[in-house]
Order: sequence, then C-alpha cells, then structure tokens
Amino acid sequence: MQLEESPTTGDEVITNYTINFGPQHPAAHGVLRMVMELDGELIERIDPHVGLLHRGTEKLIEYKTYLQALPYFDRLDYCSPLCMEHSYVLAVEKLLNVEVPIRAQYLRVLFAELTRICNHMLNIGSHVMDVGAMTPNLWVFELREDCLNFFERASGARMHSAWFRPGGVHQDVPLKLLTDIGDWIDKRLPELFGDAMSLVMDNRIFKQRNVDIAIVSKEDAVKWGFSGPLIRGSGIEWDLRKSQPYDVYDRMDFEIPVGTNGDCYDRFMVRVEEVYQSAKIIKQCIAEMPGGPICSDDRKVSPPKRGEMKQSMEALIHHFKLYTEGFHVPAGEVYVATESPKGEFGVYLVSDGSNKPYRCKIRPTAFSHLQAMDMMSKGHMLPDATAILGAIDVVFGECDR
Amino acid sequence: MAVVHSAPKFTSNDGVKDALSAALGSMLVSATEEHGEVHLRVVRSELNAALRLLRDAHEYQQLMEIAGVDYPSRAERFEVCYCLLSLTKNHRIVVKTSTDEATPVPTVTDIWPVAGWLEREVFDMFGVLFAGNPDLRRILTDYGFEGHPFRKDFPLSGHVELRYSEEDKRVVYQPVTLAQDFRSFDFMSPWEGADYVLPGDEKAAETPAPPPVDKPQTTDSPKETGAGAKTDAKAADKAPEGDAGKDADAPAPTESRDDQPKREGKTADTEGATEIDKSDPDADGKEGKDA
Repeated sequence: MQLEESPTTGDEVITNYTINFGPQHPAAHGVLRMVMELDGELIERIDPHVGLLHRGTEKLIEYKTYLQALPYFDRLDYCSPLCMEHSYVLAVEKLLNVEVPIRAQYLRVLFAELTRICNHMLNIGSHVMDVGAMTPNLWVFELREDCLNFFERASGARMHSAWFRPGGVHQDVPLKLLTDIGDWIDKRLPELFGDAMSLVMDNRIFKQRNVDIAIVSKEDAVKWGFSGPLIRGSGIEWDLRKSQPYDVYDRMDFEIPVGTNGDCYDRFMVRVEEVYQSAKIIKQCIAEMPGGPICSDDRKVSPPKRGEMKQSMEALIHHFKLYTEGFHVPAGEVYVATESPKGEFGVYLVSDGSNKPYRCKIRPTAFSHLQAMDMMSKGHMLPDATAILGAIDVVFGECDR
Repeated sequence: MAVVHSAPKFTSNDGVKDALSAALGSMLVSATEEHGEVHLRVVRSELNAALRLLRDAHEYQQLMEIAGVDYPSRAERFEVCYCLLSLTKNHRIVVKTSTDEATPVPTVTDIWPVAGWLEREVFDMFGVLFAGNPDLRRILTDYGFEGHPFRKDFPLSGHVELRYSEEDKRVVYQPVTLAQDFRSFDFMSPWEGADYVLPGDEKAAETPAPPPVDKPQTTDSPKETGAGAKTDAKAADKAPEGDAGKDADAPAPTESRDDQPKREGKTADTEGATEIDKSDPDADGKEGKDA
C-alpha cells in the first residue's frame, strides 16, 4: 500500500513493515507476542499482545476457600512465589484483623527478601544474556539454585512453597537452616555475585546496550503506574517496604537505591544494589529473630499442631473444620499491596462473609510496565527491545494471571 | 477495634473521608471507612472530573489498579473500583462507581495513560464499556473469544475447549465435556441461612404460597371447623381409657430364640465373640435373661 507520506528512492516506495516478536521468543521471558511496526530497524510502534498464559486465576479463587486459594499465588509470579503469597496473606489478615506472632513476621520478611534475591538473580542473569553476555547468567543461576534449596528446606517445595499462611507461616525452620543462610549471605553470595557483576557493570558492550536506552522521566513513571525498580530507576525514592511497612520491615535498617538517568542501565543497577540491601535485611532478621510460636494461636484461623491434634478432641475439631470448611472472613473490601521484587503487587479482596472470596482482584506489576513498552521503545532500534523488556522484568504467569 | 494485623501501614485516615467528601461535593454518592481504608462512591457521569480533582488537588498521583466486581442481584450489577495512591501523602483510597451491561463508564485514559490496559481488562472480563477509551479491545482472553468470563453467571469451565484434531490437522474448538462434575461443596449450615433445598425435601420448595385472603380463617370454636354437628360430637368424645391400645398385638420380642434351630456349621473367629463360653460359670446366659 502506498501512503501519501511514504518516502521514495526514485521509483521504489519505502513503507514500514510489521513483524511479530514472539509468542515464542527466548528474549520474551515467556509467552509474549509483540506486533512491531518498524521503519528500517527503528521501532515505530509496539503493540504487545498479552494473555497467552491467562488461566483465570481470579475466577478459580472465587470457587476455593481462603486457604485453598493460597497456592494459586505461587503460580502467578513463579520467580518470586513467596512475595506473591505475602500480599494475599496480609489481605486476609487485614480483613480478619488477626495478630501474627513476631517470629512469624521475621520469618516472612527473611524469606521474602530471600525471594527477592532469587528473583533478581533470574532477572539480572537473563537481562545480561539478552544483551549478549553468557557467563554471568551461569554464575548467578548457581545462587538462585542455593535460594531454591533454602526454600525446599523450609517448606518442602523448591518453587511453589505455599509456606506463608494467614496467621503466620506453615512450619518453623530448623536452626541449621538459619545458620546456613547466614553463612551463605556472608560468604557465597557477595563472592559469586560480586564476581559476576564485576564482569558486566563496567563492561563497555553492556553499557552500550543499556545506557540511555528507554529513558523514563519521573512524570512518565508516575503517569504510567510504575512501581518497584522501575519507579526507583527513574529517580523516585519510593519503596513500600519503607513507606508503608508491613510485618517487621519497620524494624529493618536498609537503603533505597535510586537511579539518576531513568534508563535500562539504572534499572539494572537498582536491582544489583537491592540484592545487597536484601542481604542486609536477611542478616538483621537472623540476628534479631526471637523464639516463639510461628502462627497465630487463634484456632479459628490457623490449625493446631499435629501432636496436639492427636491428643485433644477440640484440636481435632478445629483441624477438621479448617481443612474442610475453612474459616469465614468478615465482609468487607481491602486493597493490600506489598513490594514484590518486580514492583507493587496488590490484592483487592472482596469478602461477603463466607468461607470463599467473593472477588480477588490481583494487581500484577508487569501489566502496567508492559503497557508502557510502546512509549519506552519508540524510536529505539529493534535489538533494544530485548534490553527494555529485560529491564522491565516481566513474568507472564503474573502478567496474564 | 484495635488494629493487631501487620498489613501495610500508610498515613492515618483521620479526617481524610470528611475532607474528600467536602471536596467532591455533589459528585459523591457515599463515603465509607472500613478495615482502615477509605472508599468513595462517586456518580458515574462525574467520575472523570472526580478523579481529576483527586489527582490535581489532593495529590493522588498514581492509579494503581482498576478492579471490576460483579453483583448480579443489583440493578447496576458492575462495580468499577479505582485504587489510587498518593506518593507524597503516602496514602491510598479506593474510588468506586457502578454501571450495568449497556451503560458506559467515562474513561480516565486522559488522566492516566496506564488506565488504557486496565480498562481493557475490565471490559474483557466483565463487559463494562468505557466511553472514550481509544483502544477498547479484548486483552487477556483468546482471539475471537465470546462472553465475559469473570461475570458471576459465566461457568467456571467456560463454554468451549481446545484440542488438536488429527483429521483436520489443526486446532479445533469444541463444547466443554467434563469427565467428572465439578465438585462444589456446600459449607453453609442450615442454621446460618442456607438458601438451598435440602435433599429429599424438594416438596417444601414447591409448595406455593397460600392465596391472599381478605379475612384470615381462624378456628376458635368447634363450630368453625366446618365439619358438621356429627363430627363435632364425635370430636368431643373422650379418648377411651385403659386397654385402648392393646387391640393390636405387639411383635414378639426377638431376644429369645429357643424354637429356632441352631445355626449349622461354624463361622471362623466369630464364635468366641458370639457363643456363650460353657466352661465359664459366670457366663451361662442365665444372668442375662433375668436382668
């Protein structure tokens, strides 16, 4: 089709052409189809098509009890499962107004931060691989593997832990696990991660691919609903762990890294620094963690211990009721958002007073960020799209729900 | 109620509800504060103006989420909830409006570009229309999908399923077939207002309501029963006394079975439990009979 404004070289008409990026593209970090309109190698327009991994999680949750709905959250952002659970259990606890023992709060913060490291290892590794570096990815995946082993030792599952529960956590951790995490934070993490980052941080090729790519101003970041490392990369010091602390984050001493330029390199570096800050939080958790119960003693919310159940009729009844009928949550509506590794992950929970959520709207982080893909990539080259996508840190389990 | 949960703590709600209610004025329908969150319900047609006011004059800079909720029993069945965040005041509010299948909600894409996809999602999932959204396509469901899956009257299993057809050498859609019914357990006890018919009690639900009458019938005296004098006289008779109930023979007690022949053969292992041990003088059966 010849457009009126189409440029010509003699009698050849040059028109933009449209390509499909994905749905199965290694740099798409999952199933993302992007319809790209290219002018030569410059991106004119991007129309991301999401929803290829839509599983109707929110609808399924409406048919499950509050406890049965929990494992669905692991399967949203499968790279940071415990942080997904965190928003949900806090939303349920907010409606129930149930007190969580202090040890459980420490354990949740510890494991949420371990999840953050685990998530950033995957993102940092795949981001550098998207722009051409292979080795750091292999190194940081070693660290990710360590994190997954810690999750397995705490909950029995490497990824889909279902370990945070309304009222606390499912099981206590052995002391050896805490000391092992402490050793890992002291020795292995800084050594291996420092080595891997020394390869990329000042690397000329890496900087050429990321510096000044997709600069987002503060105003744009606010308008487009950015959160997490993306809003911090744009220079806004905003972290829900600091500004709206939940669990024991208000006792933790950590810094919020911010970018100065708002480009892909800043987003990357914010994540790198967040790993060190998370390590700092984990150390404080291990040092300060008190003993005591790990879940609420409100037997209408959290089940009794196994041993108690074998001895006491009352405990047996509570166990049976909680695992069949579940607990009833007072009617009401809450929006609870936590700082997941990718940004603000929120749960808008509507309860009608029964044992199943009436509506559970999940606010994914990547959905808003991916929408700004068009705004961020306009005028950049085609290969920059992978760097921009890598710096968004998108996981489709969460984006498509 | 004292707050004991550990959910995110933002700036206190003190006075926020009143201040925002006063600012919104006639645009506001109602304002509530529950579970530590301020919810404002605004007039649908004024939604855009209300949100613009909240952004510009009250520092709610970010739109984090638009959530649709379906209440089929209401006249305007859909509720659209806008979750706003103030980065400077460190506060969150929820602004709501309601609509039905046909009436569009004014778009807020001119206030926040992020609303584009959020509105598309609510449109896709609930069928809520947004007037002014320049790109109101489906977003999460399949290309060519029909229906709005998050409506309460949309079945959980959906209507069609997808498979690869060996004959056609392509992927085909077909109606959903479930190998087993979806198990929907009922946990509402009849004492807590269950709204279903008990199995075996279907007639109770079928019984039609009695027709309305001008004067309700009462039977204060035997004359008002309408049965006639003979029946009244019979009803006045006293019940027979004494052996009145003895006419019918009660079935013979079954404990003693002396007439019956003994069971032949032996049943393994049960003998010790059922037969009387003859060698034990205390258990010869006499005691049991007397008692």
